[in-house]
Amino acid sequence: MDWLHWIAFAVFIVVFVLGMSMFGIWLERRGVARLQMRPGPNRAGPLGLLQPVADAVKILLKEDIVPERGDRLLHTLAPIVAFVPALMVFAVVPFWRGEGAGLVPDMNIGLVYLVAISSISIVGAFTAGWASNNKYSLMGAMRSMAQMVSYEVPLVLSLVGVALAAGSLSLVRIVEAQSVPFILLQPLGFLVYFLAALAELNRTPFDLLEAESEIVAGYHTEYSGMKFVMFYLGEYTHTLAAAAIGATLFLGGWKGPLLPPFLWFLIKVFALFVVIFWIRGTLPRLRVDQLMAFAWKFLLPLALVNIFLVAVEMSTQSLRTLWVMVAVNIVAGVLAVYLFSRLGRVRGGRVAV
Amino acid sequence: MTRPLAGAEVAEGVQGALPGAGVKGEGGTIWVEARDLLPVARYLKEEPGLAMDCLANLTAVDYLDHFEVVYHLLSIQHNHSLVLKVRLEGREGLGVPSVTPLWKGADLQEREVYDLLGIAFSGHPNLKRILTWEGFPGHALRKDFV
Amino acid sequence: MALRTEPIVLNMGPQHPSTHGVFRMRVTFDGEVIVGLDPVFGYLHRGFDKLAESRTYTQFIPLTDRLDYLASMSNNFGYCLAVERLAGIEVPERAEYIRVIMAEMMRISSHLMAIGFFLNDCGAFFTPLLYMYREREKLLDLFDMVSGQRLTYNYMRIGGVSHDLPPEFLPALRKFVQEMPAFIDEYDQLLAENEILLARSKGVGILPREMAINASASGPVLRASGVKWDLRKKDPYSVYPRFDFDIPTAETGDCYDRYRVKVQEMRQSLRILEQALAQIPEGPVRAEGPHLVRPPRGEVYSRIEAPKGELGFYIVSDGSVAPYRLHVRGPSFINLTALREMCLGWKLADAIAILGSIDIVMGEVDR
Repeated sequence: MDWLHWIAFAVFIVVFVLGMSMFGIWLERRGVARLQMRPGPNRAGPLGLLQPVADAVKILLKEDIVPERGDRLLHTLAPIVAFVPALMVFAVVPFWRGEGAGLVPDMNIGLVYLVAISSISIVGAFTAGWASNNKYSLMGAMRSMAQMVSYEVPLVLSLVGVALAAGSLSLVRIVEAQSVPFILLQPLGFLVYFLAALAELNRTPFDLLEAESEIVAGYHTEYSGMKFVMFYLGEYTHTLAAAAIGATLFLGGWKGPLLPPFLWFLIKVFALFVVIFWIRGTLPRLRVDQLMAFAWKFLLPLALVNIFLVAVEMSTQSLRTLWVMVAVNIVAGVLAVYLFSRLGRVRGGRVAV
Repeated sequence: MTRPLAGAEVAEGVQGALPGAGVKGEGGTIWVEARDLLPVARYLKEEPGLAMDCLANLTAVDYLDHFEVVYHLLSIQHNHSLVLKVRLEGREGLGVPSVTPLWKGADLQEREVYDLLGIAFSGHPNLKRILTWEGFPGHALRKDFV
Repeated sequence: MALRTEPIVLNMGPQHPSTHGVFRMRVTFDGEVIVGLDPVFGYLHRGFDKLAESRTYTQFIPLTDRLDYLASMSNNFGYCLAVERLAGIEVPERAEYIRVIMAEMMRISSHLMAIGFFLNDCGAFFTPLLYMYREREKLLDLFDMVSGQRLTYNYMRIGGVSHDLPPEFLPALRKFVQEMPAFIDEYDQLLAENEILLARSKGVGILPREMAINASASGPVLRASGVKWDLRKKDPYSVYPRFDFDIPTAETGDCYDRYRVKVQEMRQSLRILEQALAQIPEGPVRAEGPHLVRPPRGEVYSRIEAPKGELGFYIVSDGSVAPYRLHVRGPSFINLTALREMCLGWKLADAIAILGSIDIVMGEVDR
């Protein structure tokens, strides 16, 4: 009856993750509203908790419009390709202690699996822009491809540092190896991961894909109804997935003193989520060439410095003491950030026409 | 205070520099013939004592039997101003040289005068209707338009 | 083998969350770089010049509200000043002070919105805008107290203002003037050194000094390009000569400088308000004389320093109750002359930022 077991767990994951996404939507809307000194949604249900439900119901009742000369098949396929990988991330992230955690047996190449599936959603985004037969969508899709592909590189490199420190690619092992959370051990790695993840998620300050003030809504301009829900929810699910990966790899997963491990995990995930939307409410956005320059000239060298540092420390016996490593890494991290921010130029100039 | 210049004085100065130009000073205004508009305007702009480097306003008025194109010039250097007018007889086929080579600020304003009053500006880089749509019948601000 | 590419023409159309109203730009892109820009006007053209010819002078005042609808009383001010010059009407002193107080409050309100929306265009998703709105709400409450309206006030009349200030207005304004400098400092502290704002606006959309003067730019756009020209000092009107204030300018003329000039201007407006509050006399608020004004034959071109630039009214009168010809010189319209030159060579995001920094209101552009 193994397949029944699998189906039950798959349904459970989907429902649970979507529930968390909806809670995340509510949290973000109230949080950003409080940052802007306004109440936020507070009509639908107590404290506005049913607001995402109300939004979902409203959108589902809307007409599904496909542009006349757009490609119907691709138009329908794109949101699915963009949404499903986010769900798949939760298959390997460990929610609580022990073997068989993460609701499915432990994958001993968990990290590689994560990297592989997070790249699939890029294809979905580009397909959406192409299939809409709309110049705005096309420009949005072009930018999205460039951005997401560029930021994959520092993202993956920062994960390599974690794998080196933990000595394994399996997420369960990585959590168990964190006697000190890796954020202290590899502050540079966390910084690179966080910024690269923000860019992968199209979040401010890297959200020029959905820069409402520029290209209306980028690659999902022409979407309405159920397909739009998939993009919208997909974005929040992706955000939660990135926060979950960050919590697992850098904040110590389910580790924590008093509360049950499951609760600790949720607290850490939502802590990262709060930081993500806090940044959204505060900063303006970067221009596309500044974004590219940021990835290649700033994050990539920092990621390489991080890997180098960790590799040197892991191979030298004398440096392997925990607190020495923490101190050295923090100092080195601050120094590297300072140096690179002085040396690199993120601003492009006027092009002679 | 922005000092309004006396038209007669300025007209004398213009006559001195460009003899034969059709200029006439009257109160605070200087009247110029349409054919002499560009050389006189260039003189007003480049003469160091006048230095009219800014075109503050460009408009036209429909006086039923003639039209007047009105230029309000301003000198940011010396803080004085001058009114320049061109009188066009009749109602059809009206044309005036464009001053866009001298003052870029005339660009959109001349298009507006063309659109709403039907005065053509020769030498304008892009003389199209600006406030009404392409193919609008007639010129809206004329006294005989509805 | 070189890649054959084609430029793409994108229509940043009249319906767009960020073109400050119904403004259309047909932009030609080579990749992401702007190689051509063609603005299309006229989506909000209501025919002000024509409407003026069939209304009496007083009936036209509510229409002037709709020119720059974010700073309505400034338009009223400019128009009433023009008619008073034409008809030779003396305005009583208290009315002059009230007008200056209203004009400076409108300047603060307009600049708050301009900065807020500029940051919105740079991507800051409403947070700075809503902070600025918090202060603007206080100003709008004050305007509500005076004229019963929040947006289009119709408060000034030819010869003064329509009615006197309610007794609770001046104390409330005093309180506002005391609290506001702290808020401006708060905004400045949050925004002025923001890395991303600097990266987006420093050096972007430079308008050189010579081109600014030649293109008849005025207002904060001209002052940010290094020209110390402000009509309140250079060609003073009303009671401005009695106040002591500075003219902020900047050197480069990029988007960041235009933002800085607006912040400094708000501080100077607060200075003027303090002095006006201290000096305002008692007295009548409207000139004696017929309400149906019949100016003698003649013409006038009168201008004021509106928040967006030089707002001019050219009125030709033939002695009857309605003007023979009225032309509105809208500052936003003329400031857009140099838009193409400012945007060429930059990228899509910069075009929006540049347009936001010029600060246009379509009511003035299309009239």
